[in-house]
Amino acid sequence: MTLGLSQDVLSVSELAGAVKELLEGTIGPLWIKGEVTGCKAWPSGHWYFTLRDASAQLHCCMWRTYAQRAGRPPADGTSVYALGRPMLYEGKGEFQFSVQRLLPTAALGDQQLGLERVKAALAADGLFEIGRKRPLPPAPERVALVTSTEGAALRDIVTVTRKRWPSAILFVVDSRVQGDGAARELVAALRLVNRLDVDLCIVSRGGGAQLDLAAFNDEAVCRALAAVRVPTISAVGHETDVSLTDLVADVRAATPSAAAEIAFADAVDVRRQVQQLGGRLARSLGRRAELLEEQLARAGDRLEGAMDQRVAVLQYRGDRLGAELDALSPLRVLERGYALPRDRDGRVLRRRAEFVAGEAFSLRVSDGVVPATVRAE
Amino acid sequence: MTRPPAGTTSLAVELDRLEQIVRSLEADDLDLDAALALFEEGVNRLRNARERLATAQLRVRAVMEDADGTLSDTELDG
Repeated sequence: MTLGLSQDVLSVSELAGAVKELLEGTIGPLWIKGEVTGCKAWPSGHWYFTLRDASAQLHCCMWRTYAQRAGRPPADGTSVYALGRPMLYEGKGEFQFSVQRLLPTAALGDQQLGLERVKAALAADGLFEIGRKRPLPPAPERVALVTSTEGAALRDIVTVTRKRWPSAILFVVDSRVQGDGAARELVAALRLVNRLDVDLCIVSRGGGAQLDLAAFNDEAVCRALAAVRVPTISAVGHETDVSLTDLVADVRAATPSAAAEIAFADAVDVRRQVQQLGGRLARSLGRRAELLEEQLARAGDRLEGAMDQRVAVLQYRGDRLGAELDALSPLRVLERGYALPRDRDGRVLRRRAEFVAGEAFSLRVSDGVVPATVRAE
Repeated sequence: MTRPPAGTTSLAVELDRLEQIVRSLEADDLDLDAALALFEEGVNRLRNARERLATAQLRVRAVMEDADGTLSDTELDG
């Protein structure tokens, strides 16, 4: 039988496959607005419903993973924004809209919708992924701070940093943090940070009566933050506010003060560490001295009036340093019976040749100085 | 706005080095001269660290970009 067709004959599957490819390959995730009817939540956890407006309707499905996040199924007539992508269900020859997020329009202003859009775009590029979070440097000394020089955030961060880690340097890159142009200035400031020699970048603004965090939800600002070369902390607004920069930064701090607390170790802990290191250093030399003493005893090196040069050096240097750091004083060597000879000018006598017959010199012992004279040989 | 020259290393670097020195001395496998040299370095670094902890003053610098793109920084009254 001749069909009078000039082309090859396709199977149903082939056509459906071609349409599916066309549909799903060209129309990406997008937001649509419509009214929900007949939403059914299946025992499997998936939702099926219809979205419609005055002249068209669309079959929608929402898979369990997404439905779980959406809470309760929307009632008939609820006006919603839906984020999803069109798809072809080949088995039924049905065109569907596969929904990932569902937001009642009543609960959302335009700003919120915009936020959701940006969030979806950033998420699609992986900017919120845990895997790209970098660890903060353990002891940053040079920190870039992107904020308004007029704002409370700067004051708070400076106060906390001064208390915790006063040897730091804060490089403040001024930027408006709210109102017109704030996003543009934040982007410029964050780019500038990449030209600074710093260990860490904090981007921050304080909360205010008129809380306006829009600039910190701006897509360009988020992308500029993600492009900062050093690890980042975002501290925007009050504890309950979460901005998109908080999600993009390596670490989110609840407040500007908290950002400084996260960034800098407490100097009190560092002082303790220094104290401990000092103690260990002092003890380490004590052990050295004991070893030396044993060596000397074995050698039977008991030259009258003169000390072994090495002991003298040890004692001289130890004495000088010990005077500056009492904790480290290795004077205990003297307590074991060694003495340090000095000439009248206070110079340490290290070699036999330095002792002149008939000359007076002094012997430093553990509890004082003994006057002495070199006997003629 | 580059790093300060060598000799004014950060406190963290100072403490890392100090830790290293103490470990070496505790290991007991150095000859005496090396041990003394290390000890002296350790004492100097310790003193330096203490002084810095005692006298450190937070510096707050405002960074600005000139019209020609050069960066400069000036003291900011915190």
